[in-house]
Amino acid sequence: MSPLVAVDSLTKLFPVKRRVFALRVRHYVHAVDGVSFAVEEGEIFGLVGESGCGKTTTGKLLVKLLEPTSGRIVLEGQDITRLRRGPALRAFRRKVQMIFQDPYESLNPRFTVFDTIAEPLWIHGVRSLAEREARVAEILAQVGLTPPETFMFRYPHELSGGQRQRVAIARAMVVHPKFVVADEPTSMLDVSIRAGIMDLLLGLRQELGVSYLYITHDLAVARYMCDRLAVMYLGKIVEVGPTEEVLQNPLHPYTQALIAAVPVPDPTYTRAPPEIKGDVVAAVNPPPQCRFLPRCPRAQDLCRTAPHPPLVEHRDHGVACYLAGHG
Amino acid sequence: MPLLDVRELTLHYATKMGDVHAVDGVTFAIEPGEALGLVGESGCGKTSLALALLRLLPDNAKVLGGQILFEGVDLLRLPENEMRRVRWRGISMIFQAAMNSLNPVYRVGDQIIEAMQTHLNISYAEARRRVAHLFDLVGLAPELMDRYPHEYSGGMKQRAVIAMALACDPKLVIADEPTTALDVIVQDRILRRIEEVRRQLNMALLYISHDIAVIAEVSRRLGVMYAGNLVEFGDTVAIFQRPAHPYTLALMSAFPSLKGEKRRLRGLPGEPPDLLRPPPGCRFHPRCALATEVCRTQAPPYAEVEPGHCVACWHPQHRRCA
Amino acid sequence: MAVESRVRLEPLWRVRARLFLRSFRRNWALFWESRIGPLGLGIILLFVLMMVAHPILMATVWDPRVYDPIVGFDPDLVGKHPAPPSPAHPLGTDPIGRDVLSQLMWSTRSEFALGVTAALITVTIGTLIGAVCAYFGGIVDAIFMRIADLVMLFPFIALLMVLRSVIHLDLVRLALVMGVFSGFGGITLTLKAQALTVKVKPYIEAAKVAGGSAFHIIRRHIIPNILPLSFLYMMFSVTGAVFTEAVLSYFGLLDIRMSWGIMIHTAESAGYLGAFGQYWWLWAPPGVAITLLCFAFYLVGRGLETLVNPRLRKR
Repeated sequence: MSPLVAVDSLTKLFPVKRRVFALRVRHYVHAVDGVSFAVEEGEIFGLVGESGCGKTTTGKLLVKLLEPTSGRIVLEGQDITRLRRGPALRAFRRKVQMIFQDPYESLNPRFTVFDTIAEPLWIHGVRSLAEREARVAEILAQVGLTPPETFMFRYPHELSGGQRQRVAIARAMVVHPKFVVADEPTSMLDVSIRAGIMDLLLGLRQELGVSYLYITHDLAVARYMCDRLAVMYLGKIVEVGPTEEVLQNPLHPYTQALIAAVPVPDPTYTRAPPEIKGDVVAAVNPPPQCRFLPRCPRAQDLCRTAPHPPLVEHRDHGVACYLAGHG
Repeated sequence: MPLLDVRELTLHYATKMGDVHAVDGVTFAIEPGEALGLVGESGCGKTSLALALLRLLPDNAKVLGGQILFEGVDLLRLPENEMRRVRWRGISMIFQAAMNSLNPVYRVGDQIIEAMQTHLNISYAEARRRVAHLFDLVGLAPELMDRYPHEYSGGMKQRAVIAMALACDPKLVIADEPTTALDVIVQDRILRRIEEVRRQLNMALLYISHDIAVIAEVSRRLGVMYAGNLVEFGDTVAIFQRPAHPYTLALMSAFPSLKGEKRRLRGLPGEPPDLLRPPPGCRFHPRCALATEVCRTQAPPYAEVEPGHCVACWHPQHRRCA
Repeated sequence: MAVESRVRLEPLWRVRARLFLRSFRRNWALFWESRIGPLGLGIILLFVLMMVAHPILMATVWDPRVYDPIVGFDPDLVGKHPAPPSPAHPLGTDPIGRDVLSQLMWSTRSEFALGVTAALITVTIGTLIGAVCAYFGGIVDAIFMRIADLVMLFPFIALLMVLRSVIHLDLVRLALVMGVFSGFGGITLTLKAQALTVKVKPYIEAAKVAGGSAFHIIRRHIIPNILPLSFLYMMFSVTGAVFTEAVLSYFGLLDIRMSWGIMIHTAESAGYLGAFGQYWWLWAPPGVAITLLCFAFYLVGRGLETLVNPRLRKR
């Protein structure tokens, strides 16, 4: 069976203009650079990495908030990369939704909860007010805002952060999408609220049969949420595989450093410092070699001469490193 | 004598809707050279508490009671000009939005030198030498002091701000979520830097965070705040191994973990209370599974469950955590 | 899917009406607290009262032959015009024997009509262009911004002088010209800036992901979020329009029979402005009226500012 979403060599370059003497030189930030992966039906696929690694850009490309520079996105066997308008785009908009990071900014302050959730219904042709009311009430109950009538006509400022994020989830789910891009949906929320939102998303997967692309910088959250995981560094996927496999046996030195840097909630445990050099630099016209080369503690001659390594299957997961599997 | 002794501090914000009970009856002490953690969710009063220690509260805040004894002197009674001396040389602060607290139009080094010269009465050359030393201490190349903030990355700015907080050799540094906006690898470096500097200079640290894992790594003792109350206080290891307050336990089980077995998370039902009208009795009772009649009506006593481990709860837990 | 409401809700329009009332009440309370806003509103109400009172007075106590603001003449005071205030003429008469108070009251209506019409047109155009420019950017934005630059640099008074020689410039046309002209001008920059801050909000992206068209997003999300600011600028635009009219009338550039500007113009052209202070009733009432009305709208605008910009609010 073909996957629900297949992404093939997806690339997004953002031009940055710089003046060098009188010449105007065009530089490009390689935000997403030749990324390929597939998300199966009902799966939660995680995208983790630090800020600026291109995970959010990838998410926005998938929901067509951005147009890719090159590459292909295939949804249910249909190439949607060049979809611009018309009924095909409308159908796509119904199948693919997004949940945003900031629940304070992703709701229109002048819309009531009902207005916000009913908007996609109206756009997708549900013109009967009674039906919209019924469906909004139904989805509100499903996202745990019960009884629905006490929440329906509140404004965002009358809701807590957790409740707002539930409204944002309801807006994404009300059209029964097949695929939802969730961009750090819990990172702005309080700790005691987060677990509830994560469990809600997991529950909705079961109830509605929806798949997620789950974007996060928090490896622990990714471990809790995701079936499979891809680690991104400066626009490239450096490691991909089943979540436990990637987190317990990381093969790429970047993944290893990332895991080593996560604080451990155990005061008796002394964590060794992560092995990584220097700081992240923006991927403006990056050299052809491995993106991680300047920061890699184990770089060999091969890494300095060869182009960026391809994703190669090692044990159960893919790694983009020449040294993986050599100790 | 403790370096900082906060006793029964109560602090409200006057708003049009009424008083916000931001900090209520908080008591704790910091020993010289100690690393103390303060953990709690947004709106629990931890930042207000930090600002109160420096007397940097907004105009509508009113301290209704309590004492803040710094080296035996009550800061709440100090005249403003003497407080100003305390602010850099006694207690300094690394703010939450530290990355934006550098002035973009001045060189980073000059900003620190200026602070030093106003507070320490030293020459420019001497101040420059000390900034170079501080930069070295926080892991920045001393040449960077003649650069502007926009030439720094986020992590570098954060380090410069830490250097600034250390500029006048304070006895206590308050760090309010200094790594929250940073990526884990940068966070790791900053945390290690802070710990190293703290040891070298033997200063006390009050580290405020919502992240219980970070607190576990940086602090020797810790306090847990909920809705303006200090609900648990004690040795970090003791609290992690034997959390006595149900909220502390909930915080620990609400965090997913990278290590060990994958377990189901238990979030808390409901939301933190509205501090305009805090619930009667224990402020945690509406969300607490163990709440009984007494929790709903009377505020719990703040008492020791074991030496040095205090908790404000009618039904303190013992050995419930693995 | 069963279309059956599981929750019995009150009709949507009633909910909306209730929500509107609630937010209106809250905003009114804030407006009231600004102090200067209600003061401005009070002055405006005073002018409205004058406007309403005039036809009533004309129908009852004032003899139209004497008190008509344009063709009236008081035969009892022949040779004494302009006469100083007296019980019969509380604000005196003008050089050709007409009652000044009557003129003042009669003109209020046209000042309002002119100010509000011009401001309404200005703000409607400004809001639409601002929203469209912010949303689309690129070439659309560039074109309208160059037009705005041009309009702002253009000598407006000179344009009106030229225009007057071509068309009959009455009050309605003046309002139209002024409204359109300033609508394309500086106001679009301000409203576009506001629209830009709205455009980058994630809820706009959410609306796109939901499938909303550009038209839908501009209409439902961007315009409602800049409308409070538009309304604020409308108050300031009224001030501008009334002022411009006064200046143009004073120079006699308008084909209007009576207005506050014309009243001053009449005094000036008959040579009574030279002896400053002596014939004060000729220029002071319209002068004060112009200043006061402009001031009132400005105050209302400032009062509204506290609603639009929460940072100005007291805690």
